[in-house]
Amino acid sequence: MSAARRVLLFGGMALATWGMAYGLWYAVFAEHQALNGIGASLAVAFTGAAQANQDVVDSSLQQYKQAKYVYDRQVDVHSHWIGLAMLLIIMGFCIDYVSFGAKWKTRIAWGTSLGAVLFPLGVLLQTFSHGEGPRAVAIAGSGIEIACLFLFAFGFLRKQPHSS
Amino acid sequence: MSSSHNAATGEPVITFDRSETFAPLSARRLFVLGGIGLILIGMIFGDIFAVFVLHQNAARVGANLAGAAHAALLGDASAVQRYFQGVGASLENRGTKVDTHVHMIDFGYLALLLAIAEPWIAFSPRTKRALAWTFLAGAGLLPVGVFLIHYIGLIYSPFEAIGWASVAADFGGLLVLAASLGCLAGLWLHFRSGSAFTDELLAHTADRSRRALLAGGMVLILLGFLCGAYYAGVELYKHEARDVADLSGMASAAAARNAGAVDKALMDYGQLQGEKAVQIAAHAHAIEFGLLAMMLALFQPYVDFREKWKYRWALTLLAGSLALPVFVLLELKYGLLAGAAADLGGLLVIIALLAMWIGILRHSGAVDAVSQQASEGAS
Repeated sequence: MSAARRVLLFGGMALATWGMAYGLWYAVFAEHQALNGIGASLAVAFTGAAQANQDVVDSSLQQYKQAKYVYDRQVDVHSHWIGLAMLLIIMGFCIDYVSFGAKWKTRIAWGTSLGAVLFPLGVLLQTFSHGEGPRAVAIAGSGIEIACLFLFAFGFLRKQPHSS
Repeated sequence: MSSSHNAATGEPVITFDRSETFAPLSARRLFVLGGIGLILIGMIFGDIFAVFVLHQNAARVGANLAGAAHAALLGDASAVQRYFQGVGASLENRGTKVDTHVHMIDFGYLALLLAIAEPWIAFSPRTKRALAWTFLAGAGLLPVGVFLIHYIGLIYSPFEAIGWASVAADFGGLLVLAASLGCLAGLWLHFRSGSAFTDELLAHTADRSRRALLAGGMVLILLGFLCGAYYAGVELYKHEARDVADLSGMASAAAARNAGAVDKALMDYGQLQGEKAVQIAAHAHAIEFGLLAMMLALFQPYVDFREKWKYRWALTLLAGSLALPVFVLLELKYGLLAGAAADLGGLLVIIALLAMWIGILRHSGAVDAVSQQASEGAS
């Protein structure tokens, strides 16, 4: 088995398992609490509005904003890690149809795996810090991923070594 | 199974025979037929949900939110709470149905991947079969459990926030996780052994249907990625800011007893939810259909149709896969007309997938007949 296929298959399986474990932890320990928090803050905001209490409205919507920001990203991290893991595994199976040398295939495999880990990681880090660092990690991860996919597409189009 | 040595590396190379890898109730056959079955059921459920539930549910969420805003306008705090309970119930209803659809399809994808990897999992056929059944049981239980969350709620639950349906869903997830870890361990054992093998799904020549699905799938994935990158880079933060601004405008206008401003904020909020939904759906569906096309490309040797028909079904799948996300994006501009075209795209994918599933079923029958003749000949 080629090094590129090994990187993609093992990387993909490990990432899928990690993504599922994260999703399981999230569903059991965080999701219901997050949804309750989002719903409660909205209800309190509108109750405050009914009582013409602007301070309650503002503070509750601030809580809503923070809870929704974290919730959206945590769900995205789970789905993107697993989705990208599946992509890695599929690319691992299709690597023989990519017309590059073994060294380049391995580089692209590492690049695709790196992007698949970094992009959701950057999104997850945004839940801890609103600074530029986590956004930069997410952008770098998605950039690497897209660039590697373009290389895969180019490799598919360049030549079909198994064509009959 | 036959064994030889790689001329270049000297490593032992095992060649599997189709009657072994695709035997009746073998792990690969369970994963392939179960996986495509899960995808089909998940897609049909998604289409039914889109046509009969999604829009009605969105209307109920909107009506409850408008009710809450107008109750706040009238200073009726208890009515606000009542309307928000309605919003919560409708969102939970929607969320659980989306999760049912998504998890069923994603587990189907994972099953197809495990089907391809199956010969590399270094366990006995019996253990692999047990892993496949465990996976499929969990993959069935999780979506059913999630679907029932809305209907069962916290009835007889000893937990504060989690009902029995959630427990069943989480147990299903645990089964899938355990089976996936088992497969990973099997793969690890295989690679540690140092043996190599050739499998027909990966070594088969690239015929027309396979090439079309590989190239088309790659194009769809790239389109989906670019769509997602555009959304994340340009729209996401704007949408998040608008979301809070609209809700804030709604509540503040209600606190100030300004009915006109409440209605305007409500309309803006509804528009925003529509914009978010179509962009995310287009991004997700393009990538998922791309992945599906590439996976199905690998299974083309098992689709027991003439090459011409295999190619036609591949094109049908790709046409539907492109039409759905494109028309979903156009829904904001062309409304129901684009929505109907998107549903038609989904239907094309379902029909093509069903045809391929039937083709694989035909193939499994042919393999069984050959195996039976061979065993009768031997006896």
